Amino acid sequence: MSEKKKRKIEEGLAIFVFLLPGLFLFISILIAPIAVSVYRSMFDWNGFSEGTFIGFDNYIELFTNGSIKFVNSLKNSLILAFFSVFVQLPLALMLALILGRHETRKERTFLSIFFMPVLISTVVIGQLWLKIYNPDYGLLNRFLDAVHLESWKHVWVGDIKTALGSIIVPTVWQYVGYHMLLMYAGVKGVDLDLREAAMLDGATKWQVDRYVVIPIIKPILRVSVIFAVTGSLKTYDLVRILTEGGPFQSTEVPSTLLENMLFLRNRYGMGSTISVMLILLCFAFALLISAAFKERDE
Amino acid sequence: MESYTLKEESPVIKVIINIFLVIWAVINLFPIYFMFTFSLKSNEEIFGENIIGLPKHWLWSNYSSALNTGNMALYFFNSLLVTTLAIAISIMAAMMACYAITRIKWKFSGLTNAFFMLGLTIPIQASIVPVYVVMSKAHWLNKYSTLIVPYSAFALSMAILICTGFMSEIPFALDEAARIDGCGLFGTFFKIILPLMKPAVSTVGIYSYLQCWNEFMFANVFISDSKHRTLPVGIKALSGQYTTDWGPIGAALAIATFPTLIVYLFLSRKIQASFIAGAVKG
Repeated sequence: MSEKKKRKIEEGLAIFVFLLPGLFLFISILIAPIAVSVYRSMFDWNGFSEGTFIGFDNYIELFTNGSIKFVNSLKNSLILAFFSVFVQLPLALMLALILGRHETRKERTFLSIFFMPVLISTVVIGQLWLKIYNPDYGLLNRFLDAVHLESWKHVWVGDIKTALGSIIVPTVWQYVGYHMLLMYAGVKGVDLDLREAAMLDGATKWQVDRYVVIPIIKPILRVSVIFAVTGSLKTYDLVRILTEGGPFQSTEVPSTLLENMLFLRNRYGMGSTISVMLILLCFAFALLISAAFKERDE
Repeated sequence: MESYTLKEESPVIKVIINIFLVIWAVINLFPIYFMFTFSLKSNEEIFGENIIGLPKHWLWSNYSSALNTGNMALYFFNSLLVTTLAIAISIMAAMMACYAITRIKWKFSGLTNAFFMLGLTIPIQASIVPVYVVMSKAHWLNKYSTLIVPYSAFALSMAILICTGFMSEIPFALDEAARIDGCGLFGTFFKIILPLMKPAVSTVGIYSYLQCWNEFMFANVFISDSKHRTLPVGIKALSGQYTTDWGPIGAALAIATFPTLIVYLFLSRKIQASFIAGAVKG
């Protein structure tokens, strides 16, 4: 056998062996189940029997049957996405820009503090906020008592008017630090000479940030927006802990509905349909956001 | 690095910026402080006049209730075990896949990489129904591996993305030199590439840690027996047990949180640097 051929065989073998564990995990846990979900989304199925094929009926029911609350859950996710993109990200960007200007002990300390909530488990944060929202002994209502604003008091997570807001606040709060650090990485990557040149031309720090730094870190901003929106679509933890989707299912999100379909209603076909919708929505939004960023560049 | 001090802002703006930073810092630290203090208080103190002050009587027994009656020690161990193994498996699988994709030239390497990158957008909810059905039919619920396998699969894409960035910085001349010395592809991977990928391990580790340690949906759906609960599920169960007794819940929250925060305090520079490396390489 020639040296070259031997080499080819070794390469082929190596590619196979090295890819095997990754591909096995990836295909068996992600790709194959998605294929099964797509297939099962067209069944009326309780998870154990054979089920009956019903075509796209589940999809139609999802959007037309009001008692499933899917449209409402989607609306909740999109409201959360809105606050993530227009409150959380600007705040994160502002912090990243301010802290990225210099690098002294002060900036480093603030950076470390602002990243802390990211390290805390969402379940812990949820429990903590339950104690803040508690109607009788919670911090929030007792604070309102103390400043004589009793009329502002609410049963925060139990009142249909305030429940969704009670979920949005901790969600937005927790991940500011995550996006801040991503953006900070971009800001620190900007060439110091570029900043200096702009300053020599008479630009203020704010102008440097606006016209030099932000355009350069656009790719990171795009990633942040995609993470914020897809993260909102996937949201689950804080809803489960704070409201359980209530009161009167007003704060359901697609993921909690999905779980209800499995464990409360035994509708595995419909659960699969919700899964498929979530994947489609995540991909659609990721593409849409990428396209929007491209358009801006031109 | 104070090299551009040509146009300084007015002192007023500086003060405003500093006030803003301090307020945001307080908003970030206060919940942690609140958690720590109420974890050491009795209900009388929490419900009475001393809601945000330091505890008058430091009630360490809350911690022993959380650890013993509440099983927090076991849940902590479970989380540690599941997270560590999931990270180890995903890093190893990612490094190997990365080597096949970036260091060996073949037709479909780009396509394979793109295939793995699909995982970055796929939500964990996407596979929950089929995986749950298969696992319950195979009697594979309520085990450590029930969580370890899905966690490592869902951490894989990010791990490959980050590893690719790190691996592409290793000069190809090293591979060639190893080959001339008679080292095969397997030898090159284990003896040359792996030792040089150490910085990638900490970066991948941080991203996977954030994903696995806090994961709640899979854990909540797949684990119903108390022996294999991870911290998030354990805390949820505990809060159902102690609905009126806040102290032990506070202690449980603190037990789940402070070990991480303490490690972070000591290694914050390194952790941030690794996180940032992931953002830049990715």
